[in-house]
Amino acid sequence: MGKTAKKTSSPYAGRIAARSHFRTLRLDTPFQPRIDALMKQNDWYSWAGYRAPASLWDEELEYFAIRSTAALFDISPMVKYLIQGPDSEAYLDRVTLRDVTRLRPGRVQYTAWCDDEGHVLDDGTLFRLTEDAFRLCCQERHLPWLLDSAIGYDVSIVEETEEIAGLALQGPTSFAVLREADFDGVEHLKVFDLAGFEHQGGTVTISRTGFTGDLGYELFVPANLALSLWDRLMEAGQARGIRAIGYTALNRARLEAGLIVANADFSTAEHALRPDRVRMPDEIGLGFMVDAKKGHFNGRRAIMAARDGKKLRHVLVGIEIEGNIPAEHAIVYHGKKKEVGLVSAAGWSPLAKRNIAIASLVRPYGHTVNDDLWVEIYAMRELKYERLMKRARIVPRPFIKLDRRTANPPADF
Amino acid sequence: MTSSEAAAPQASRWNAKSDVIVIGGGHNGLVCAALLARSGRKVLVLEAAVEAGGGARTEEFAPGFRVSSVAHILNRLHPDVVKELSLEAHGLKLEPATHISSVSLSTDDDPLVLTGAYGEGLLGASDKEAAAWKDLRAQLFRYAGILKPFLSRRPPDLGGRMSMAETFALGQTALALKKLGKEDMRDFLRVILMNVADLLDEQLTDNRLKGLLAFDAVLGSHLGPRSPTSLLGLYYRLAGEIGGRAGAQTVPAGGMGAVTAAIVASAEKAGVVLRTDAAVRRIVVENGRAAGVVLESGEEISGSLVVSAADPSTTFLELVGPRELNTGFVRKVGNIRKNGDAAKLHLALDRPPQFAGIDTTGLRGRLVIAPSTDHVERAFNPSKYGEFSPEPVMEITLPSLADPSLAPSGACVLSAVVQYAPYRLREGWDAGKPKFLKAIMNILERYAPGIGKTVRHAELLTPRDIERRYRMPGGHWHHGELQADQMLMSRPVFGAEGYATPIDGLYLCGAGSHPGGGVSGAPGLNAARRIIALER
Amino acid sequence: MKTWDAIVIGGGHNGLVNACYLQRAGLNVLVVEKNEWVGGAAVSRSLTPGFLYSNCSYVCSLFRPETMRDLELPRHGLQVIAYEGGAVLTRDGDYLANYRDHDAHRREFARFSKRDAEAYDRYARDVTRQCRFIQPLLMRTAPDPTSLKPRDVGELLFLARKFHDLGPSQMAETLRFWTMSISEFLDEYFETDVIKANFSISGIIGTALGPMSPGTAYVLLHHYMGEVDGSVGAWGYARGGMGAITKALSSSFQASGGTIRTGAEVDKVLVSNGKATGIVLANGEEIAGRLVISNADVKRTFLKLVEEKELPDVFLRRVRNFKIRGSSGKVNIALDSLPEFPALPKDSPCYRGDLHFTDSVERMERAYDDWKAGRWSADPFLDMMIPTTLDPTMTPPGKHFMSCFVQYCPPKVEGRDWTDADRDAFAETVISQIADYSPGFRDRIVHMEVRTPRELEAEVGLTEGNIFQGELTFDQLLFNRPVPGYAQYRSPIGGLYICGSSTHPGGGVMGAPGRNAAAEILRDLSKSNTQMSPAHDVI
Repeated sequence: MGKTAKKTSSPYAGRIAARSHFRTLRLDTPFQPRIDALMKQNDWYSWAGYRAPASLWDEELEYFAIRSTAALFDISPMVKYLIQGPDSEAYLDRVTLRDVTRLRPGRVQYTAWCDDEGHVLDDGTLFRLTEDAFRLCCQERHLPWLLDSAIGYDVSIVEETEEIAGLALQGPTSFAVLREADFDGVEHLKVFDLAGFEHQGGTVTISRTGFTGDLGYELFVPANLALSLWDRLMEAGQARGIRAIGYTALNRARLEAGLIVANADFSTAEHALRPDRVRMPDEIGLGFMVDAKKGHFNGRRAIMAARDGKKLRHVLVGIEIEGNIPAEHAIVYHGKKKEVGLVSAAGWSPLAKRNIAIASLVRPYGHTVNDDLWVEIYAMRELKYERLMKRARIVPRPFIKLDRRTANPPADF
Repeated sequence: MTSSEAAAPQASRWNAKSDVIVIGGGHNGLVCAALLARSGRKVLVLEAAVEAGGGARTEEFAPGFRVSSVAHILNRLHPDVVKELSLEAHGLKLEPATHISSVSLSTDDDPLVLTGAYGEGLLGASDKEAAAWKDLRAQLFRYAGILKPFLSRRPPDLGGRMSMAETFALGQTALALKKLGKEDMRDFLRVILMNVADLLDEQLTDNRLKGLLAFDAVLGSHLGPRSPTSLLGLYYRLAGEIGGRAGAQTVPAGGMGAVTAAIVASAEKAGVVLRTDAAVRRIVVENGRAAGVVLESGEEISGSLVVSAADPSTTFLELVGPRELNTGFVRKVGNIRKNGDAAKLHLALDRPPQFAGIDTTGLRGRLVIAPSTDHVERAFNPSKYGEFSPEPVMEITLPSLADPSLAPSGACVLSAVVQYAPYRLREGWDAGKPKFLKAIMNILERYAPGIGKTVRHAELLTPRDIERRYRMPGGHWHHGELQADQMLMSRPVFGAEGYATPIDGLYLCGAGSHPGGGVSGAPGLNAARRIIALER
Repeated sequence: MKTWDAIVIGGGHNGLVNACYLQRAGLNVLVVEKNEWVGGAAVSRSLTPGFLYSNCSYVCSLFRPETMRDLELPRHGLQVIAYEGGAVLTRDGDYLANYRDHDAHRREFARFSKRDAEAYDRYARDVTRQCRFIQPLLMRTAPDPTSLKPRDVGELLFLARKFHDLGPSQMAETLRFWTMSISEFLDEYFETDVIKANFSISGIIGTALGPMSPGTAYVLLHHYMGEVDGSVGAWGYARGGMGAITKALSSSFQASGGTIRTGAEVDKVLVSNGKATGIVLANGEEIAGRLVISNADVKRTFLKLVEEKELPDVFLRRVRNFKIRGSSGKVNIALDSLPEFPALPKDSPCYRGDLHFTDSVERMERAYDDWKAGRWSADPFLDMMIPTTLDPTMTPPGKHFMSCFVQYCPPKVEGRDWTDADRDAFAETVISQIADYSPGFRDRIVHMEVRTPRELEAEVGLTEGNIFQGELTFDQLLFNRPVPGYAQYRSPIGGLYICGSSTHPGGGVMGAPGRNAAAEILRDLSKSNTQMSPAHDVI
């Protein structure tokens, strides 16, 4: 074996060079030096194997940065795939639920994709960078699925999670921050638009998207330009109250926006061990994505059959609960007796001043039977459960609607 | 545009509701077509080759020499097919007089002859062995008999969507199992997924007999006799019958082409239109429904149903194309193991070969070179690594002895199925083929000394050749390995197991579907029955 | 003469587990063991001064936590130290590691293939789904499908319902999975050979099958099941060697009042009027017992210890047809220093786990071909570990003990008995494979014990040296294990039971056969069984 050990072919050399990863179980993102410098709480969690901040300095103030000024959140751990080639549009149209032929270059779609049985594999954002190039961002990893879906298409799929750094800049002053940072033309971006901007000789892709329901942008940049981009934004944002934030704050904002998180609000099909845990788009509030008018897409037959045969078993709804006690993971009842579902995310909305939650219910509850719903909250208070049975009302999502999210031109706060 | 294309009728749309297009004029396609035509449908069969028959054809391979080109022995043509297509009225002869024996050759011993239907008599074995064989044979047929009814049904529906008749049929199987009696049922449940070698070792001692049985169990599959589940192959063989006799075999006069001729005659009588030289390029799918086909010539033919006798991988991945299918389904189809291990040898000989110790009746039978279970196992080993067997095992027929029309006067045709010849030969078949032929000839020389000098022409069809000539990807005559994990609900893949497919109006009817290959017509039969039940 | 309530023949882990449960249920139990020590295949032996060898079984993976709890094994000294990793060393000088951390695991696979790295989750999900289906069966007696007794019918319905609950597509997957080879199964997920080799290991260990043999995907489950209910440290070393398990068991047994006699080889089971009445030792001594429970394998029990005339023909035929098939050997090595593996960084956690040198499925399968031909593998598969990296108490300071499980190794060499020369040549094959990856390895060897199936049979009493007391093929699983009609630990002889790995659910240091047999015995005695906690839920 000694004879062959001296191979110097590049894949082999790369393989050897990558060995030392076992010494660092949680990776750093390209922004880590800046985040480390601001981290006062040492409150980390693992986001897909990255060391990510749960909270940096003050969880509540971080939340208010999103709603009152501008918040900077590192989204580099998002899984990213670059999909290119002449068939990329047709390919993505077949993989995902929505009509990709109607996604113009420079636009972004919030979308989802399903397995053969119509069960959701993940949701994510699809960025159409050019006619023939897309970026798909999501929570879980799907390379084998994407590659196997590509059989018969002239398309290439590259996983680029580590190569591309990402930032979410969210909040009322986010536009002003970008303008101050001299991203000329950013004012033309309408919601779900994207465009490329010059940065240090490279390109930063800015889209008017986000996970907060607020005015906000997401920025993607090659990893080597990450730190200078961070600095450019921080400098420009100084006067506009820019703050780095962690996930806890973001999670509150996303709940207010009524947005769902894979493997928190629903189980993705490739992770569910129990046969009854998988969900169809219509069962998690993503039915609007299903484009029945377009051609074949993965899972189409099963989704349509379930619709036709009234075989959809669950429904994901927004609920408002009386009072102000968060109902995290509470059981939902009909008539205080019959168990009909579970709350997957809940909290007090500081903006709406409402006690809100996202819940999955067994149909017809939440679908055609919407009255007499209750949640049973076990609130641990000084080592005692205060058990509350509170009335719940199905309400539309998002729980908050902010005109500034979509206003054109974006407001200058 | 070529002149022939110009002459082709533009979009010859047939608008009648019951129109069916059958892709592939092999025996299964033809059987299915005939039955559908008899149910009142207008059926068109499209065959890519210049003649129908697929792997059941009689072809000239050397001037004046003709041979059954892939399948060369008939041992499982389903009785329902024979009956419903009136094949005997269309010239097929299956009566016992045409049945042949099996002979197991050995260099250490005299040949062992299994006479009658799969060894009703055993010549050349000790009395003790003959008695043991009698018991084992009875047991094998008893157990194969339990499984036999499954051959002519669609696989059980795991979703539970079964008709009363289908549910009743399953109940009948449970009853048959119960009827075996407690101890026999226990043995049945023990051995069902066992390897054939162990069962033979438990009950027999004669290497010639064990070798032959082991060979029959693994013939046409990528298994050795010691591979768990290999006994199923023997059950599959013994579930076949000819002329009402379970386990019997025959070489039809005129070769396997005669079987095809009878089926074609029956089909045409039922109104089937057979077009040869009409290769299908793709299946047209509109709104998730098969709407017709496009030929290689560019001609479009529409139909309300398309039935494919082509193998499942070709049907789905090439004719339909992955764009109309789901990724998980494409994955499953891609995972079908379908690389063949069987080669076919055709020799044009100056005179009949001299196999020691075999009389004329014996020579007209099936000669098997598989001198022991271990020998078969050793032959199997290299195939796992993309190498051919240096000492291959084979079954030989000399069809021209019974049917002199197949060879010039005094000359002889030798036809042999030879294992193991893996489809993916590591060194490539261009380099490997002459070497493999030499290995086979060495074996033949050992059993029939002097045969080499009488060879006028040798044609060796490797799985690569079979793939190219007969449009069987992987060169596999079952259109996909016939192993436990690719049987019943998993054949060809779950989601297309009951002949219907994820594309509305598209059905499968070939060997890749349940119950599998061999010249049985059973997939075609079951598919036709299913189509008639679903598409009223 | 004293009449024992129950006599357990053989002090292996299953015999001891069985004896413990019976003793705790109020029976007066005697365990007889032919060796001067108890433990069967789960032993720690001092074969050279200062060194303790786990010289037979070498990993604590499957031992049922319910039994550990019931028999208070931690109190009686059992400590299991979890593996920290594991690796396959490759011929090109690299390695593929298995890390406990999920993301590190993925990144390690990504060194070889990004696709395979991202395929792992789906693979793990699918295998876990299969495990979840089969795992509850471990701790249940297999129903007799030919029986109409309410209990058998009820169990069959339980199985049918569990199966049905999977839903059509998972039902189809399960049916397919059971008869697939591990190699074919892995081909559906991974493209990299060393990754496939890495996962194939669990499909072949202990069997006389190669990774390309149908049915090896199921064997994989057998090795994975220990982990499914999330018992922490599922795979690990027992501190003090594997003998620590049986030591704790015998301590627990004796603490509850049980009696152990070592050096007491059993010659015969006494049968009178179709009922077992006791045993005769090799020295002629008779011991009376109302029940006799054999921890020996089914062949040894019924073909050697019981007279033929006492057994029905059909039963004898089936016992004779039971396939035991030794396929492995063991090389235990005392080392004067820790061997170096230049490919593996010095701080790699893989040193504290199992190491392998077979980096392709083809090499494994070729190793199996040698076995089929009656030879030990020229390029064997090794499951190698150095338990002293985690438990230095087994050797003098700075020294090490290495355990090498070697596959394949036939019970007979080309049809004849093993000779000492064969054994030495076999050892040399193993040593030279390790030395290829570890320069200077030979010089570190202080002492070596080589066990071919000959030694495993003669010294441990494992027929043909098979570690599972019988092949794990379909014809020998569930209601077919050990033989159809007697898969519920009973025998045609009243009062005679079997409790070893020949019975459902099979081998591995799991203790489930011993426990399940105890449950059946207590049921026959209409004794309450409050000492046995229910099997863990799989929800």
